[in-house]
Amino acid sequence: MSGKILEISNLDVHFTTPDCDVHAVKDLHLEVREAECLGVVGESGSGKSQAFLAAIGLLSGNGRASGSVKYRGQEILGQSQRALNRFRGSKITMIFQDPLTSLTPHMTIGAQLVETLCVHLRLPRDEAAKRALEVLELVRIPEGRRRMSQFPHELSGGMRQRVMIAMGVVCGPDLLIADEPTTALDVTVQAEILEIMRDLKDELKTSIVLVSHDMGVIAGMADRVAVMRGGEIVETGPVDEIYYAPKHGYTRMLLEAVPRLDLGDQSAQSKVKELPPDAQPILKVDDLRVHFPVAEGWRTKDLRAVDGVSFYLREGEALGIVGESGCGKSSLARALLKLLPKTDGAVLWLGRDLGRLDGEELRKLRRDFQIVFQDPLASLDPRMTVGESIAEPLRSLKPHLSREEIRRCVRDMMDQVGLEPAWINRYPHEFSGGQNQRVGVARAMIVEPKLVICDEAVSALDASIQRQMVDLIRELQSEFDMSLIFISHDLSVVRQIAHRVMVLYLGRIVELADRDVIYGDPRHPYTKALLSAVPIPDPKLERAKKRVRLTGELPSPLDSRAPLVFLKSKAIDDPEAVQYRPKLIEVAPGHLVAEHDAVT
Amino acid sequence: MVSYALRRVLGAAPTLLIIITLAFFMMRLAPGGPFDSQRHLPAEIERNVAAAYNLDKPIYEQYAIYLDRLMHGDLGPSYKSKDFTVGQLIAEGLPVSAKLGLAAIAIALLLGIALGVTAALHQNMAADHGIMSVAMFGITIPNFVTAPLLTLLFGVYGLKLFGTDVSLPVAGWNGGQLRNMILPVMVLALPQIAIIARLVRGSMVEVLHSNYVRTARAKGLSSYRIVTRHALRAALLPLVSYLGPAIAQLATGSLIVEQIFQLPGIGRYFVLAALNRDYTLVLGVVIFYAAFIIFLNLLADILYAVLDPRVSYRT
Repeated sequence: MSGKILEISNLDVHFTTPDCDVHAVKDLHLEVREAECLGVVGESGSGKSQAFLAAIGLLSGNGRASGSVKYRGQEILGQSQRALNRFRGSKITMIFQDPLTSLTPHMTIGAQLVETLCVHLRLPRDEAAKRALEVLELVRIPEGRRRMSQFPHELSGGMRQRVMIAMGVVCGPDLLIADEPTTALDVTVQAEILEIMRDLKDELKTSIVLVSHDMGVIAGMADRVAVMRGGEIVETGPVDEIYYAPKHGYTRMLLEAVPRLDLGDQSAQSKVKELPPDAQPILKVDDLRVHFPVAEGWRTKDLRAVDGVSFYLREGEALGIVGESGCGKSSLARALLKLLPKTDGAVLWLGRDLGRLDGEELRKLRRDFQIVFQDPLASLDPRMTVGESIAEPLRSLKPHLSREEIRRCVRDMMDQVGLEPAWINRYPHEFSGGQNQRVGVARAMIVEPKLVICDEAVSALDASIQRQMVDLIRELQSEFDMSLIFISHDLSVVRQIAHRVMVLYLGRIVELADRDVIYGDPRHPYTKALLSAVPIPDPKLERAKKRVRLTGELPSPLDSRAPLVFLKSKAIDDPEAVQYRPKLIEVAPGHLVAEHDAVT
Repeated sequence: MVSYALRRVLGAAPTLLIIITLAFFMMRLAPGGPFDSQRHLPAEIERNVAAAYNLDKPIYEQYAIYLDRLMHGDLGPSYKSKDFTVGQLIAEGLPVSAKLGLAAIAIALLLGIALGVTAALHQNMAADHGIMSVAMFGITIPNFVTAPLLTLLFGVYGLKLFGTDVSLPVAGWNGGQLRNMILPVMVLALPQIAIIARLVRGSMVEVLHSNYVRTARAKGLSSYRIVTRHALRAALLPLVSYLGPAIAQLATGSLIVEQIFQLPGIGRYFVLAALNRDYTLVLGVVIFYAAFIIFLNLLADILYAVLDPRVSYRT
């Protein structure tokens, strides 16, 4: 059979929507060979997921597929569910992006694993349970027996995705289709999941289709790569060929759009404007704390989302705040702007304590600081035109302006952020994600604030759009001479824009230094792990890369030992005890590193 | 879970007290009294009657006396049905109403869930449209229309099966025989079947589009298994919140159905007692109904946590 597992030819996928017919996949030809990893890369809307959902009969109700899909030479497209189920779930399996919503919430992990075995291999229950336990070990889930009786919501995101993978491989499949399996995960967790998948491929000789938008993820995993755009394949080839000698312009564009952590001096990075040496601090944060009460049994405990953070920000400076989910970066941003009540500490804006201002004074000061949120569509009022959304801060913060002046300001601003001023009366749903985020930026910048906080402002966007947005924010920042706090989980994006970078872990600063110092000479083990986990879109480098690993799971922030994960020598082994807090030590001028145990 | 239930029951006490207080004083605000409609009595006798029922005392004192008796489990005498206490009236009527109501809700659950799931599985196809339009019919037609129609069909014109007359009795309780229960239960169940079918269809359609059902399909499970093991539990959650009040309403009887079929339930006391200013009976029925609803809501919340492990008892 020349070793072809899956052969897709002339595949077309259409979706019928109330508005129109969408041609999502156009005349697709693709094959997956024995024991290879095929990377399928493309931006959102390229049809990469739909093609594979269609192949195994999982299109949603309004989708239609035509063409041919052959599994080991046998036609499977358009087969009845009964016929498909003979190999779907056992021989061809699929795992999805969001592991929380993709697992049945009211069934235990064990029940969901055992079910697959019972249905396909007709194993008796106890034997299936034994097999399930082995597979959990294979995907490196510790304490498998206990995990089997847990529900999906009791596991972390990384653990859930491992369960998904375990479910995918439990019957010993020929082909595992992984649809953006790491997109919803933190970088360090992503690195672990990818490692598990790589080992599975080697150990079980399973073919893998890895669908992803991330050139870095594909680089380290794939043997061959197919690049998709607008439902069509623009280029297919061995991974090295695609990365080192791309033939198609679109592939080159994709590769160039990805910020590279491994390359020191990219032209884009040098565009960050130098700070004048006498720049004065305008924002000072002193020992800021944000605690949330969490009920635990009969008592309430404090969840320390922000646990004593101190820093300053100079005029015109861009500070990057980096950390994984749950590190408190968003809580910090919101507490700075008093969108969230702080528990303790002080925020000084030009020497004035924001905590002491009354409502009216604070409202006046709001003109000085603005925020851009992550989800561009959800952050805009769907019933207001984008023009109204952009104009609204002007109306309330600069009430002396006339209608005509406001209109002119809005048009100028739209022009500046790269939106056609003629679109002023359009609604957010008529725009793409990138355009909506431009609206969000315009809305924030129009009052000419002194400080803008971007909270994961570019995270939901495709790499090429992301790059444009970062360029835009950087240009606007230097043009208006604003200070910027740029919050992101993505280290490579932060590098393109920040003067200094702060790394947060469980509500505390673990490292704070100038950009080149953080990326060139990281000292804290967490920073090192974070940096080494970022996938690099270069197959040879990525395959050879040595990763700094973090051992174990992220501790619960309710555990008093949590801040001492990297300083175990000082921890008292009691989750209730009052613990030592690691201090920040200035290892070089301006380079602060939290105390930590020496890493062997 | 036990401590959660205990806390909830304790938390219900103030609610109940407020309901009692409101009902007590609102009843007194209504013009007239329990003995006004009787033929004119000599003023002396009228005073004696009032004194016997403590109606001559100031209202706050009456309130205190009522609460005191209530604490001892005494709902007081009925003002209208002489020789009966309120407790006796409820104890007599409740089994009738409860039997009919619970039978109706059980039938409604069985048929409603089955129809709702069927409709959801055939979303926007003929079966779906058919079930949903019939359900719409069931909701819009009031029971005082369905009751006489069904009576005509099955009672008056009658049915003959294999030569034997199996016509159903058109009225009466007759000691709670099955034959007597069929028609009222049908009348009570019909709109509930329709409501439950629509509820279940809506939530089921949503669940069937969820990511974890897609995972279940990718696992190669049969449709039957996907529905019963993966989808149904989540789809029943909205139903649980609806069932609390619905059971309370059905089990405490319906004035219309009890009047039409001449049944000795407690549904009619609601209306009759209020019209007659039978203070104690109204209060008794209100307290009973409120306590019942609180209890059922507690049950619904516990059931919620049983169905969905993500819900904890903490709140």
